[in-house]
Amino acid sequence: MKKTLILTTALAGFAMSAAAQEISVMSWGGAYGKSQIEAYHKPFTEKTGIKVISVDADNPATPIKAQVEAGNVTIDVADVEYADAVRLCDEGLLEEIDPAILPDGADGTPAMDDFLPGAVTDCLVTTIVFSTIFAYDSTKFADTPPTSISDFFDLEAFPGKRGLRKGAKANLEMALMADGVAPEEVYEMLETDEGVDRAFAKLDTIKDSVVWWEAGAQPPQLLADGEVSMTTAYNGRIFNAAVGEGQPFVTVFDGQVYEYDGYVIPKGAPNLEAALDFLVFSTETEQLAEQAKWISYGPARKSSGPLVGLYQDGKTEMGPHMPTAAENLKKALPSDFEFWADRDTELNERFNAWLAG
Amino acid sequence: MSDAVSDPSRSETLTTADGKPLKAALARAQARNRRRAFYLVLPLLLFVVVTFLIPIGQMLSMSVNNPAFYSWKDRDTGEKVPLMVDLRAWFDENPVGTEPDEAAYAALAAGLAHARETKSIGQIGTRINYEVSGTRSMFTKSARRAEKLEPPFKEALLDIDEDWADPRLWSAMRNASKSFTVDFYLAALDYTRDADGNVVKVEEERAVYILLFKRTLVLSAFITLLTLVLGFPIAHLLATLPLRHSNLLMIFVLLPFWTSLLVRTTSWIVLLQSQGVINDVWVATGLIGDENRLQMIYNQTGTVIAMTHILLPFMVLPLYSVMRPIDPSYVRAARSLGATSWTAFRRVYLPQTVPGIGAGGLLVFILAVGYYITPALVGGSSGQLISNLIAFHMQKSLNWSLAAALASLLLAGVLLLYWLYDRLVGIDNLKLG
Repeated sequence: MKKTLILTTALAGFAMSAAAQEISVMSWGGAYGKSQIEAYHKPFTEKTGIKVISVDADNPATPIKAQVEAGNVTIDVADVEYADAVRLCDEGLLEEIDPAILPDGADGTPAMDDFLPGAVTDCLVTTIVFSTIFAYDSTKFADTPPTSISDFFDLEAFPGKRGLRKGAKANLEMALMADGVAPEEVYEMLETDEGVDRAFAKLDTIKDSVVWWEAGAQPPQLLADGEVSMTTAYNGRIFNAAVGEGQPFVTVFDGQVYEYDGYVIPKGAPNLEAALDFLVFSTETEQLAEQAKWISYGPARKSSGPLVGLYQDGKTEMGPHMPTAAENLKKALPSDFEFWADRDTELNERFNAWLAG
Repeated sequence: MSDAVSDPSRSETLTTADGKPLKAALARAQARNRRRAFYLVLPLLLFVVVTFLIPIGQMLSMSVNNPAFYSWKDRDTGEKVPLMVDLRAWFDENPVGTEPDEAAYAALAAGLAHARETKSIGQIGTRINYEVSGTRSMFTKSARRAEKLEPPFKEALLDIDEDWADPRLWSAMRNASKSFTVDFYLAALDYTRDADGNVVKVEEERAVYILLFKRTLVLSAFITLLTLVLGFPIAHLLATLPLRHSNLLMIFVLLPFWTSLLVRTTSWIVLLQSQGVINDVWVATGLIGDENRLQMIYNQTGTVIAMTHILLPFMVLPLYSVMRPIDPSYVRAARSLGATSWTAFRRVYLPQTVPGIGAGGLLVFILAVGYYITPALVGGSSGQLISNLIAFHMQKSLNWSLAAALASLLLAGVLLLYWLYDRLVGIDNLKLG
């Protein structure tokens, strides 16, 4: 028995030392995953020789708790939404990251001034600003295209099925904005029962025409298949389908809900040092700017802004496609991470009850 | 020799070659053999215990015991740190319903400061947030300032957030201090506690679990019935055809059985979706108009169709194995004695297939009750089953205690049905192959 133990330990040790040359990065797959592979993974492997394995998940935040609690962490870096990062960090499920290891911007701005406000927390280094928008198939609405979030909920003027993410987040905010609530009052209203009722009542008006999606790659697929005529989506996915693949999809930024998203390291990551190296490398000015060439998500460093130019096709200007472009921010809502860290469970339960009923 | 057996005094003198009593030697040899046989199954036993019983037991124990409020496991050292010690002492000293006094608030403030130090505040806040929504940030926010708090603590805490005076919150903290709780079972049955600790029904628009339990049972029963209706003739055909034909047909039953579940489910999406193959054919033949395409997926219909197809082999195979050995001469005999074909089927053939129907039905029903992937992919909103909500609490809301409570209830339900089946049909009447 003892011998076996020694043998397996030795084997495990051997496996560990072999694995030190690679790290696992969990992200959202699809066009977004590709942008990370091109902008972060490949250059990182080129520079350090460390292989980066991409793992896809519908939401990389969800496997982290299971892995850490079970003491069997297999991923080194995960790409998660801001509210999830705050929640997981509070629960001690993430490694803390010393902001001092982040290099200054390429233009010499100190790192903490270079990142957008709040973008670096105890456990998270933001890489992008992404947004939940709605998009439509222009062949279906050739004469009078939808222009505002209210149109998304107007089945009479704009007939056809709708796609929505299966979850409370972003849907409730959009429903209220469509119902005429100003963006700055949305969360105040959602704190009250009446506000939540009002949001669900608005969702009720289209409930029977909704196809629910879960993975970020689904909405462009639903549009392409003709399953829906309009859908909410992450803006980068629609951009890639429309500009990259030439699909007739149009993004409407009116009523968008934008949020930070970035890298965290689960507590007990097997290759902590390599993971930190990767995280630092990926969030440098050049890398963040490089990613914005592949997908229309805003880089988290201000110094990356001027470096962002054309899409990889060499002719599309990225600026107007970013959720943070002035033109797109006219009626836009920054997602409130504290609200969602608090209310996520409650509102999703309510959402599930509403969905099942 | 017969004398030796009938006379006990002589049988005792029977010994082995080395002078030991024969009986004892035999018993020892048998015990040794049994031990050896046991060693052979030992690996399997260990495997089952380690990978199955212990984790499931742990998971189920979570449904009645959630120590998040009073115990913290330091992930770096593995040590267990008690939390909220003073507050729990205060709860012990003061009965339910006592208005929290300055001592209680002081204990709370100390607990918060300690939790901030040990970084366990997120865990505490999440635990209480299960009971009283919207309190999570109160804990994290107050803990950040807990170090600097000065007496009177009641005022100081209420100054940070006036909701600290909420009696529901105090009732929740008291409940969370206990090492045994049935609150997660209450939640799993759409009940909750009010400020005085009384059990009350949750508001109607939040009640979901009972509805889903019912829907799961009804849909599973319906799917079982469908597989029986569809599977019975196929199994009969397979059982009565000559072997070389039936083997070929059997491949058609087994082929989908061997195909990945995901492949089969996604194929149904391709077929059934509103721009899918079936709708396209109907529109092309003019059966329905282009604007009236049928919605056959992302709802209950989709769940029922896909699950019936996927579970069909589990019905056909036990039925087939029971029907194969049934002698056709029984039915012929019944016919020759004047029975109509219906009577012959009902009185002679059908009773002999009951073990197969029972086995197939039980198998399909139990599998359907716990089905997860297919309803998640094709169920839309109305085709979701209870397993989808268990998965939701496991993976998304991370409320494992509630997930465990829901799973335990489901398990108890299945065991109850199994027991009922045993009482009504008899479990020895079950033939799986």
